[in-house]
Amino acid sequence: MSRIRQWKTRRNAELGLLLFAMLLVAAFGATVEANQFDEIRPNFWVPAALIGALFAGLHVVVRFTAPFADPVLLPSVALINGIGVAFLRRLDIARAIAQEKPIPTFFADTSGRQLAWTLLSLILAAVLLLLLRDHRIISRYAYTLGLVGIVLMMIPAVLPASISEVNGAKLWIRIGSVSIQPGEFAKIALVSFFAYYLVRKREVLSLASHRFLGLDFPRGRDLGPVVTVWLFSLLVLVFEKDLGTALLYFGLFIVTLYVATERSSWLIIGLLLFFGGVYLAYLLGASVGGPFANFYDRAELWLDPFSDANYNRESGNSYQLVQGLLGLGTGGLFGTGPGAGSPGTVPEVRTDFIFAGLGEEVGLFGLSAILVLYLLIVERGLHAALAVRDSFGKLVAGGLAFTLGLQVFVILGGITGLIPLTGQTTPFLSAGGSSLMANWLLIAMLLRISDAARRPANSPPDRPSGPKKAPTQLHGAMTEVIKP
Amino acid sequence: MNAPLRRAGVVILVLFALIFGKVNWIQGYKADEYRTHAYNNRVTIAEYDRPRGAIEAVGGVALTQNKETNGELKYQRLYPKKEIYAPILGYKMVRGSSVGIEAAENDILSGASDKLFADRLSDMFTGESKGGGNIVLSLNPRAQEVAWKEMVNNERDVTKGAAVAIDPTTGAIQALVSMPSYDPNPLASNDANVAAAAYKKLNADKNQPLLNRATANTLPPGSVFKVIVSAAALKSGQYSLDTQIPAGSVYREGGATIRNSEDEVCPGDQISLKEALTTSCNTGYSKLGVKLGRDAVVDMAKQFGFEDASIKVGDLESDKGLSVAASRTGPIANADGSVDKSALAQSSLGQRDVRMTPLQGALIAATVANNGKQMKPYLVQQQLSSDRATLYTAKPKTLREPIDAQVAEGLREMMVSVVQKGTGKKARIDGFTVGGKTGTAQNAEGADPHGWFIGFAYDEDGKAVSAVCVMLENVPGGHASAEAARIAGLIMKAAAGQGGK
Repeated sequence: MSRIRQWKTRRNAELGLLLFAMLLVAAFGATVEANQFDEIRPNFWVPAALIGALFAGLHVVVRFTAPFADPVLLPSVALINGIGVAFLRRLDIARAIAQEKPIPTFFADTSGRQLAWTLLSLILAAVLLLLLRDHRIISRYAYTLGLVGIVLMMIPAVLPASISEVNGAKLWIRIGSVSIQPGEFAKIALVSFFAYYLVRKREVLSLASHRFLGLDFPRGRDLGPVVTVWLFSLLVLVFEKDLGTALLYFGLFIVTLYVATERSSWLIIGLLLFFGGVYLAYLLGASVGGPFANFYDRAELWLDPFSDANYNRESGNSYQLVQGLLGLGTGGLFGTGPGAGSPGTVPEVRTDFIFAGLGEEVGLFGLSAILVLYLLIVERGLHAALAVRDSFGKLVAGGLAFTLGLQVFVILGGITGLIPLTGQTTPFLSAGGSSLMANWLLIAMLLRISDAARRPANSPPDRPSGPKKAPTQLHGAMTEVIKP
Repeated sequence: MNAPLRRAGVVILVLFALIFGKVNWIQGYKADEYRTHAYNNRVTIAEYDRPRGAIEAVGGVALTQNKETNGELKYQRLYPKKEIYAPILGYKMVRGSSVGIEAAENDILSGASDKLFADRLSDMFTGESKGGGNIVLSLNPRAQEVAWKEMVNNERDVTKGAAVAIDPTTGAIQALVSMPSYDPNPLASNDANVAAAAYKKLNADKNQPLLNRATANTLPPGSVFKVIVSAAALKSGQYSLDTQIPAGSVYREGGATIRNSEDEVCPGDQISLKEALTTSCNTGYSKLGVKLGRDAVVDMAKQFGFEDASIKVGDLESDKGLSVAASRTGPIANADGSVDKSALAQSSLGQRDVRMTPLQGALIAATVANNGKQMKPYLVQQQLSSDRATLYTAKPKTLREPIDAQVAEGLREMMVSVVQKGTGKKARIDGFTVGGKTGTAQNAEGADPHGWFIGFAYDEDGKAVSAVCVMLENVPGGHASAEAARIAGLIMKAAAGQGGK
């Protein structure tokens, strides 16, 4: 990248892409109306304009607080979020028609709530960008965040099932009609903590003492933290009954560890530990049952969803998985068109299975586009990690981007039958406040770090705010070594 | 730190490539299969979008209805006659397997059959669905309803049993009752959860209401089996109705001790064949069976339809319909394969390992009444298009011919004697010549015996109007078969167009 280009903030490109994204959302809404009402009503563009105005607000905040941030991140996420809201509105319309109720207003029902959540998420993201002028400030609170992360992660496991269990997975805190998935926030806190911990300990963890099969393996006592996290994630698997969440936590730790130490042996140890643990849980589920039974059942459904026994089982059957697959298949290459399919036949199509519902209507081509958008977001996050100059920033950006990618893989892999199904939300698409807020915070962090990455080296930090000076060195770190 | 970050990027790329590959597999390669998959709710919605054809009894009595709903599935299937016809009609399930005629004739009823191609073609041009084709059953509503009413209100408070009536000359089923029955309406609910809950409850019921006792359940037939032994005797050519056969009050063969039901039945050394059947002489028939030998008895049973597991009662064209369980004579053999004479002595009385469905019982009576020709039983009289053009009319088929007319004539005379003078007097009906055979089958130690009656009726013109089998499980209070005989008489009378209503 040339020096001249680095100076460009690219904010106008961001605005242009954002406008284009909102045009696509408006077109989606128009097609839905054409298929559902047999006419395009004159105010079809209002939802796209509303949500577009929200994104434009964040764009303005980015313009002033993170002017050098990656210009592709915000529009890509905005497009997915906008399509999500438009698709939820499509489901609301179909449900209202089926129940012979009046068509809900733009602010009502699931899509209205999602719009409100989007507003709240964008406010949170803006506040983060405003308060956090330098991502390294986070390292001051690393241990607090680590504790918060573990507490958030463990809360649902400890709570009684009546409060925390939905569809067999204990991932929730439900109070009245409000339900929160604390794990969504835990991943951000944990990445920050791991990054800090690893920057401080990477010298020790990089030490190799055994060479085996051409790989450097760590000393036994250095395995401590890995084994601890592995045990934690297995506890999550067993007590929260969710493979996806366990995979997410463990994956994000192993990746930050690998990036920090540059030792492939960590990766291999991690993968062996994880899949060994999963296989053990499967075997225990088959023989002992108890807390392992849920995982075993899910694995059985995954192995043969179409068998009569699995499909017609009274509870914990493969009905949802099968209907999702059949919905995707019905969509085929081009899809039925937005608003013309029957996504309502798939259970939980608003949350876990939104990808299957969307897939029926936008087809293979539409889904590929959405996959590419996700890939773009993740790779842009990793790109920020590559370009940022401090190792803490590298680890946070790399960890967050990878976690996002892993989460998309876990839920889409589950829906498509690639891996056993787990109850993860599809980032930015699924209806639900916690997921949306947490993932927008994640994007805000990536924006912040990408701003630091693209900021010219000799330019002073933009408007240092308040009495707290941004640290020139990572808080508490003895050395700050960056390998080229 | 940049090299591992790049590799992490490659890992994500690979993971996304896997998802992309799987989505291609689903939406490209598997798309056609999934689009038409039986589990695909969209297929169900399309199926429920056109009214399902009606199932009727002869004379246009509607046994099903379609109610228009506001739900995603446009029509709700209803069964106004509830339990009475449930074992025949079965039910159409939204999710899960349908059974009965609803399943067997699904192609016509749903409109998917090639025979309804013209209807579908006109749908395409008019844009309106003509609905599925109709099924007219051979059932006689009067006989069916009398049979149901008499069975559930039987005088012995028996809760389980079955009755079948067949037109002996055609094989058309006139009535078919299985008791206890069930209300098929919740099972056919458009709400799959309601249906699943109803199914679960019925399936767990220890009285097994979902079991079709007329076709799918076999029980020891008791003395009804003596008709088969008689047929074997007459067919051998060495016996006539007046042939004196050895009898007595007790007969010991191997480990088996055969006694008569009462002391006054055939205490003498000899009794004529006709008299032996009329009084249901156990010792006489055991000795006769042993004399004839295993092969003769088993072979005759087989010729009447025992051991045949292939019969489906539906239309006469397809191989779909109510499955009929195979009736069995059992091995009648020692461990080394040689004839077990004590088993043969008991089997000749329809005990030991002999098992029979009520439908098989009705077929035996029908064969005798139809001069030895056994007609293939059927339920579907006609298939009609949605505008009632005939697509198919049952053409009666001879299934087997186990005995010639002469043997049949002999058996008929013996069986008529049973009803006129013997154990089957309760089956008599005014204006008809009725023949039959009773059976009282011991089953479990300490349990009440099953009561059987198979029989037939001729009208004044000498035409065989109906053959019937009634089975009541575990009848208390002795003379288990008498109540079965009484009900059988009333069913035949209704089938002949009298009584009932």
